[in-house]
Amino acid sequence: MATTKLGFIVQRPPYKSENPKLALTHAIASQSVEVYLNDGDLVTADIAFIGDGVLNCLRNQKAMEKYGLTSTESHIKNSLLLDLNVMVCKEDLDRFGLSENDIVMDAEEFGAEITTKVVPYSEITKMMEEVNHLLFF
Amino acid sequence: MGKFTMGCFSSLVGSMSLDFAVKLSAAAIEKGHKVDFWVSGNGTMLSIKGQRAFKDYSALMKPVQELMGKGLTVTACEACAEARGYNKEVTMEGFKRHSMDWYLASAFDADRVLHIGGE
Repeated sequence: MATTKLGFIVQRPPYKSENPKLALTHAIASQSVEVYLNDGDLVTADIAFIGDGVLNCLRNQKAMEKYGLTSTESHIKNSLLLDLNVMVCKEDLDRFGLSENDIVMDAEEFGAEITTKVVPYSEITKMMEEVNHLLFF
Repeated sequence: MGKFTMGCFSSLVGSMSLDFAVKLSAAAIEKGHKVDFWVSGNGTMLSIKGQRAFKDYSALMKPVQELMGKGLTVTACEACAEARGYNKEVTMEGFKRHSMDWYLASAFDADRVLHIGGE
C-alpha cells in the first residue's frame, strides 16, 4: 500500500486559458485513479491557487449563464465535495483587495463537508515540499 | 532505469512545447528509461494522424511514431480530444486514449514527473 501526493498549483486567471479548469479536472480525477492501481494504493491531490490564479475562486461566476459552460466555481465546489484540499493564497487575495467573502469558501449545497482554506503562502510552500510531484497550471 | 511521466497541454502548432516534450522523451528513451507521455487540452492535437510536414509548422507524427516503436507510451485525454473533434478515426495508430486518471496513475509510480502546462 502506497500513497503518492500530487500538488496542483494554479497560477493563471480563469477563462483566459484552459489551464485552471484542466488543473481542477485532473485533480478531481484522483478520485477514480484506483481502477489503474493495486488495492490500497492511492493518489491524493492538493490544489493551491496563487498569483492571478486566485481569481478562479471568485463567487457567482456566470459561465453557464453566459457561455453554457460549467464554471470554474462549480469545479472548485466539486473538489470540496470530494474532500480535496483546496488552498488559496491570502497574500495574493489581499493584492486584489479580495477576502473570504468574495471567493468560494464552501459547497454546502453540493453536500460538501470541508471548506476552502485561505492560507499564507508559507503554508502553500509547505504543501509543495510535502508532495511527491508538483504540477503547475 | 527509471520511469519518467510527462504531461504536455500545449498545442502542436503555435507553441514549441510539444516539440520540446517529444525531444525530451527521445532523450529519456535513449538512456533506457520508461517514458509515459500524456497530452491533454490543446496537446491532444498531437494524436491526429495525417499531419503534413511543412517547414513552417511543427510536424511530430513521424518522430512520435518512431518513439512508439522504441517503447514510448503516449496517451491523449479522451474527453479533451473528443471536444475538439479528434475522434478515434483520426487518431494515429498506437496512440492511446484514456480519461485523466490515467495520467495520475502513471504519476503514482513515476520516478520523475514533468508537467508542461498549456498556452
